[in-house]
Amino acid sequence: MKNLIGHEIPEQVAEHLGLGIYGVNVDPRVEGKDTASSSEKEQKRSKVVGSIEEAVRLCGLKDGMTISFHHHFRNGDHVLNQVMETLARMGFKNLRVASSSLTDVHAPLVEHIKNGVVTHIESSGCRGKLADAISHGIMDEPVIFRSHGGRAATIADGKLHIDVAFLGAPVCDVYGNASGVCQDESVEGVAECGSLGYAKVDAQFADKTIILTNKIIKYPNAVQSIEGTWVNYVVVLDDIGDPAKISSGAARFTKNPRDLLIAEMAAKVIVNSGYFRNDFSLQTGSGGASLAVTRFLAQYMRDQHITARFALGGITGQIVKLHEEGLIGTIWDVQDFDVEAAASLRRNPSHHEIDGILYATPFNRGSVLNHLDVVVLSALEIDVNFNVNVLTGSDGVIRGAIGGHPDTAKGASLTVIVSPLIRGRIPCVRDRVDTICTDGRDCDVLVTDVGIAVNPSRPEIRERLSKVGLKIYDIHELKEMAEKVVGKPDPLEFTDKVVAVVTAPDGTIMDVIHEVVD
Amino acid sequence: MAQKQRLRRTMMFIPGNNPGMMRDAHIYGSDSLMFDLEDSVSMAEKDAARELVYQALKTIDYGSTEIVVRINPLDTPYGRADVEAMVAAGAHVLRMPKTETAKDITDCEAVIEEMEKKYGRPVGDTLMMAAIEGALGVINAYQIATSSKRLIGIALGAEDFCANMKCQRTLSGAELQLARQTIVLAARAAGIDALDTVYSDVNNEEQLRYEAQLVKDLGFDGKSVINPRQIAPVHEVFAPTAKAIEKARKVVAAIKEAEARGSGVISLNGKMVDKPVAIRAQRVIELAIISGIISPEEV
Amino acid sequence: MKISTKAEAGTLESGDIHVEVESKEEPGVEVDLDSTVMKLYGRQITNVIKDTVKELGVDGGVLITATDKGALDCTVRARVKTAIYRACESKNYTW
Repeated sequence: MKNLIGHEIPEQVAEHLGLGIYGVNVDPRVEGKDTASSSEKEQKRSKVVGSIEEAVRLCGLKDGMTISFHHHFRNGDHVLNQVMETLARMGFKNLRVASSSLTDVHAPLVEHIKNGVVTHIESSGCRGKLADAISHGIMDEPVIFRSHGGRAATIADGKLHIDVAFLGAPVCDVYGNASGVCQDESVEGVAECGSLGYAKVDAQFADKTIILTNKIIKYPNAVQSIEGTWVNYVVVLDDIGDPAKISSGAARFTKNPRDLLIAEMAAKVIVNSGYFRNDFSLQTGSGGASLAVTRFLAQYMRDQHITARFALGGITGQIVKLHEEGLIGTIWDVQDFDVEAAASLRRNPSHHEIDGILYATPFNRGSVLNHLDVVVLSALEIDVNFNVNVLTGSDGVIRGAIGGHPDTAKGASLTVIVSPLIRGRIPCVRDRVDTICTDGRDCDVLVTDVGIAVNPSRPEIRERLSKVGLKIYDIHELKEMAEKVVGKPDPLEFTDKVVAVVTAPDGTIMDVIHEVVD
Repeated sequence: MAQKQRLRRTMMFIPGNNPGMMRDAHIYGSDSLMFDLEDSVSMAEKDAARELVYQALKTIDYGSTEIVVRINPLDTPYGRADVEAMVAAGAHVLRMPKTETAKDITDCEAVIEEMEKKYGRPVGDTLMMAAIEGALGVINAYQIATSSKRLIGIALGAEDFCANMKCQRTLSGAELQLARQTIVLAARAAGIDALDTVYSDVNNEEQLRYEAQLVKDLGFDGKSVINPRQIAPVHEVFAPTAKAIEKARKVVAAIKEAEARGSGVISLNGKMVDKPVAIRAQRVIELAIISGIISPEEV
Repeated sequence: MKISTKAEAGTLESGDIHVEVESKEEPGVEVDLDSTVMKLYGRQITNVIKDTVKELGVDGGVLITATDKGALDCTVRARVKTAIYRACESKNYTW
C-alpha cells in the first residue's frame, strides 16, 4: 500500500509490527505546519485559561472523583481553599480530597464536608479545626493517613488514582513548566516555596493537572519542577500562598532551652553511635529539637573534620548553612521548611529537588532514604516498645502529621527519636500510645531531656554510648520517671467509630483512630 | 542533702511564683538552683510564692542539685515566715539578700535555729549564704563571711550595689572591681565560696563569657545565671584547661605515690610539692571530672 | 478556718492553675474544674483539690472554681492552700 507521500509500504510488514501506515486512515496533516513565530505560539498555544472554574470544566471533573493538592506552602497555603470554594459553588459533591498534607489553614474544609462536597480525605496529617471535627466524627468515611513515601508509592502504582491535581506553583510559563523558585532574580513578587517534591508525583500521575500560579514568566521556565508536558491547564490567581508562613508551626527554629538540651544530647548520641564517619548522610525531621540537632552536630563535624555526603528530606536554613560551609555535600530536597532553604534551592548548584518517589518510596532500592545513615525524628508520644505516635494528641484528637516518619525511620541505619519526657503535664513516654504511626522496631534511640534509652534490639549502640560515659536508661525507667512527676494518666475514652486509618509505608493499615468522647 | 563544700560554678535563679519553671529546673545541670521569694515576687504574691516553693521542695526530686532559697529580709513582713517554711521544706541553703552586717546573719541564724527545733531538723543542718548588695556590706564583707558556721559563701548582687553606689553597670565591670575583689578576699579568708552576680542579657553570650572569665581570674567559685542557656558557657569558662589538667594529674600521681610510701613529703621531678600546689591540683582534677573532660577512672 | 471572703490564687500561665475560693450554703467541697489535661488528669486534680481543702479543715461549704493549665499536683496543692488562706484571711500557716 502507498503511504501519503507515495512510497510503497508492504501491508504484511505493517501488520506484523502492529504499526499504521503514514497517511492511511489518519490524516497527519490536519493541523499542517505551524509557521507562527515562537512569540506568537506562546500566545496561541498557551495553556492559560481564565479561571479555576474554566479549567475544572475543561478537565471534565465529575462528582465522586479524586482531586489532589500539595502542602509545600504548609500553613501559608492559599490554593486549596480557593479551589474548594469554587468546586462547592459549581455544585460538585462526593469528592475525594487527596492532599500531601493538611494544616490549620484548611479549616474551611469542615463546611465542605458538612455540605457533602467532600466525603473522602487522604492526607499525611491534619491540624486545627478540621482535625478536631474529624476526630469528633464529622465524616462517614474514615480519613486515610499516609506517609510521604507511602503516598508517593500508592499514586505511582495506581492504587490512589488522581483525576485532577490542583497544584500551586510560584512560577510557571504558559505551557505549564512550573517551579517553586524563580531562577531569574529580577522577577518580583514570587511567592517562593522551594521544592515541589510532593507535587511532582501528582503532576506525573494525575489524569489532568492544573497549575495555579500568581507569576507567569516568559517561556521557557527551564529549571522546572513540574514539566509542561504533565500539565493540562494553567490558571493565574492573585494569591497562591504566603511563604512567610512556611516556617511557622512545626519547623520553627528554637531558643527553647529544653529543645536545645535534647538536641545537644542527640548530637552526642549520633557522634558516638558508630555512624558518624566521613561521608555519612543525615536527615532531620520537623520540630524544634530535631532541627536544632544540626547546629550541635556541625561543631563536631568541624572539630573532627567529618563531612556528610548528603542531607535529605525537609530542608532548613541550618542545613543550607552547613552545605555552604562545605560540611554537607549534596542536598536532596523534597520540601523546604523555611525561606532560606527555598532560596538555596535556587542558588546552590548541589542543592537538588527530588520528588516523593525518589525520596521515599518503600518499593525501590533507589529511593534515597534507603541510603540514610542517620535520621532524627520527633514524637508526640512513644511507648515502651519504641512505637511512635506523631498524629494524635494527649486528648486523642488528631493534631499532627505522619510526614516521612515511618519511611525514614525504616530507611535510616540509625533512627533517633527526640522528645521531652513531659510536655506540660503530659507524659510522652507511655505504656501504650493511642496511635501507632511508626513501628518501634525501626526506632533505635530515644533522647529525652532527662535521659537516653536505646532499643534492646540495638545492643551495640547501647554499648558504644555507654563507653563514652552517656547514661543509658531502660525505657521503662523513663516512663516511670515521668509518671513519678505527673502521675499515671487516666485512659482516654473513644467510641467504636473509626474516624481515620493510619497506613504503613507499604499501604497496609498500621492503626486506626477512633472518635473521641468529650 | 545540705553540703557545705561542693562545686558551685552556676546557681540558676528560678522566680518563686512561676510553677512552669519548677518542674525540672535541675535537668539543665546547674550546680545549684536558687528559688527566689524576694525581688522576682510582687508584694501581693509573697504568700503564694512561699507556698509554691514549699510544695515544690517537698514533692519534686531535684536529684543531687543544691537547693537554695532566697528569702525576704527579716525586717520585712515576709522574712520570718519565709525562714519557717523553707526550713520546714528542707531547703539546703537560705540566701539572705541585702546583707550589710554580721548581725543580719546572726539574727537570721537565730530564727533558723528556732525553726530547725520546731520542725525536727538537726540544728545546724540549714546552711546559709549572704548576698552583699551595697557599699556597707562590701566594707563588712569579712565580718559577714565569718559570722556563722552555716555560711557556705558570699555573693555579690550587682544591680542593687550599683544603685547604692550611684553608678551604672558597664561592659568592663570597672564599677564592680573593688566589690568583687573585696568579696573574694573575704570569702577566701573565711574559707567559704565567692559567688558572682548575674548577667541579665541572655542573648549576649560573649559578654557572659567575658564576665565569667573575669571573675574566675579573680578567684571566684562561680556565677549566678538566670537562664538555662547561660549554664554551658559559664561551665566552659570554669573548666580547667588541658595544660592545667595535665600538670595537676602529675601532682596528684605524686601525692598518691607519697601516700603509698607512707611519706608526708610529696615530690615531683625531684622537687618538693608545696601543700597549696597539691590542693590546687586536686581541685583542678575534681573540676575536670565534673566538667566531663576526664573520667574518674583516668586519675 | 472559716471563709470570710472570696479569694483567688495562681495564674493562667502554662504549668499553673488559677483557683477561686468562695463559701457556699450546702456543706462539702464542690469543685468546678476546667483543665487542658482534663481527660488524663481531671479526676486526679479534682481529688487533690478536695483533699487539700479537707486537710486544711475549712468550716462550712466550699466552692472551688479552677482553671488548670497543666499544673502538677504540688502546684495545685499550693494554689488551693494560698487561696483558702486568703479567703479565710488567715496567716497562721502550718508547714
